[in-house]
Amino acid sequence: MIKLFKVKEKQREQAENENGKPPVKKQSAGELRLHKDISELNLPKTCSISFPNGKDNLMNFEVTIRPDEGYYTGGTFTFSFSISPMYPHEAPKVKCKTKVYHPNIDLEGNVCLNILREDWKPVLNINTIIYGLYHLFTEPNHEDPLNHDAAAVLRDNPKMFESNVRRAMHGGYVGQTYFTRCM
Amino acid sequence: MADSASQSRSRDLDKLLLRSGNLVGPTFEPGTELRDALNEFVRVLVIGAGGLGCELLKDLAFSGFRNLEVIDMDRIEVTNLNRQFLFRLGDVGKPKAEVAAKRVMERVSGVDIKPHFCRIEDKPISFYNDFHIIVLGLDSVEARSYINSVACSFLEYDSDDNPREESIKPMVDGGTEGFKGHARIIMPGVTPCFECTIWLFPPQVKFPLCTLAETPRTAAHCIEYAHLIKWDEAHSGKTFDPDDPEHMQWVYSEAVKRAELFGIPGVTYSLTQGVVKNIIPAIASTNAIISAACALETLKVVSGCSKTLTNYLTYNGVEGLHTKVTEFVRDKDCLVCGPGVLIELETSVTLKKFIDLLEDHPKLLLTRVSVTYRGKNLYMQAPPVLEEMTRSNLDLPLFELVSKTPRDIVHVTGAAGKGDTKQSCSRKLRVVFKGMDVDMAGGA
Ligand SMILES: [Zn+2]
Repeated sequence: MIKLFKVKEKQREQAENENGKPPVKKQSAGELRLHKDISELNLPKTCSISFPNGKDNLMNFEVTIRPDEGYYTGGTFTFSFSISPMYPHEAPKVKCKTKVYHPNIDLEGNVCLNILREDWKPVLNINTIIYGLYHLFTEPNHEDPLNHDAAAVLRDNPKMFESNVRRAMHGGYVGQTYFTRCM
Repeated sequence: MADSASQSRSRDLDKLLLRSGNLVGPTFEPGTELRDALNEFVRVLVIGAGGLGCELLKDLAFSGFRNLEVIDMDRIEVTNLNRQFLFRLGDVGKPKAEVAAKRVMERVSGVDIKPHFCRIEDKPISFYNDFHIIVLGLDSVEARSYINSVACSFLEYDSDDNPREESIKPMVDGGTEGFKGHARIIMPGVTPCFECTIWLFPPQVKFPLCTLAETPRTAAHCIEYAHLIKWDEAHSGKTFDPDDPEHMQWVYSEAVKRAELFGIPGVTYSLTQGVVKNIIPAIASTNAIISAACALETLKVVSGCSKTLTNYLTYNGVEGLHTKVTEFVRDKDCLVCGPGVLIELETSVTLKKFIDLLEDHPKLLLTRVSVTYRGKNLYMQAPPVLEEMTRSNLDLPLFELVSKTPRDIVHVTGAAGKGDTKQSCSRKLRVVFKGMDVDMAGGA
């Protein structure tokens, strides 16, 4: 290839003389894939999305879920999404910004949803995750606990779990923990 | 005296470069001119000065390359010394790139190695265009993907969608994980690029958070609990930095407490580092074998003295030795290395008109189109919040929206095909504005 390299050298010198403009940075493959995912979002009316950093930063956004059935009906829960340039090779990082009394979401906002970690595959997309999150509110489960106490109450005393959830959503204490109102 | 010394030094190389043979590449022209060009003219960039990078610098220097540069952002740690053989105890804390360059130059006379102690992203894209070939000795998928996109950005296609030879930036990529490794050749536009075969690197398996929180069974579970859950609880808002020894020490001591609570053995500081940074212990011999393959392929690509690997070699030394070469194929629609679809436009065409054109374009038949240009979203057909924010662009000329660039790449997504067979897809378009550029073909 050396001959070719020498040809190229000449051409580049010429090109540099013509315009010294450095090439602009490209979009990563991950950003392009995310662009596709976002442009194809098909959200249920209980979910909405917003882009706090404007229309050109899709790598960080927020999803708000307002469940219309189950224990959490009437509540408003916001999740932050942070997408790596290696998306979809790497799963999005999702945290719940609203403090919630929930067996599968801890008080720091960590979420136990299989497709965010052990079952993430590049064929999945943002829409799948949002549906998965919505599902956590309609069917919280005590088998994958992140909030140990909430999971135990849900398992042993669903009536009490229901009233704890209502109390937390209205703003108040459940045990030692204070929850701000999210109705 | 000097003459005979230099002769003996290039004796083995001469057997490859001065004689013709049956296995040579199509453009091979044996002779001393070729050997001199290799010495004086060819510039090679080595990315990474770690386990593989040290081997590569040494191998390339011994293979007749004299103009090398190396880029690495790391400093030398004690744990590197067993395999990163260019470093000594006294070098701990110094930049890897600088020490590696110095050591090889001390040992191999006539070689010039310029070190760059920085991140690969810190260099302007034009920096990478100055090299004839790029050799990668990296351990991260992300860094490979970045360099791949940079190298592919130099690629240009002619109007028949054939890559222009002189725009191809060859890469040789090596990688090792314990007793396994690979070496591959990427000729953008000819062989598959890193993104064409990204599936070769499956996503890292991650433990479920609830297992970490409730039912830890292994030392790694305890470490990840401290890293992912306990850290946030204790340091609200402060991001964990894996390169900060204090942070790592904190995670380690929390992991030890956790392991004691559950009666789990095996949490050590080095395991903590390994789990948190996702490091698989490196084996010196694997690095040496993969580096040798990469250096030889680099010599073959540059000199044409032999046909190259086609195009992906795997090595497995876990049980006995198994090695195999697989010819992977390009993804013709690859957004990174593919030609994209050539579209010629008048400068007056509005974004709306452009989107309508894509629906009728025989190679595209694209509906529900969204358009993005160099990180700017020109139009998003969904979700409604973005549609509203981008709608006003529809009436503007595309030429204005791309800052009057005569030819450039625009990416679109949408549904391709007709009727029930519609499929969602992303497409790369080479947009050329008529009358603005003598050369109508457009770059990649
Ligand atoms: Zn490709």
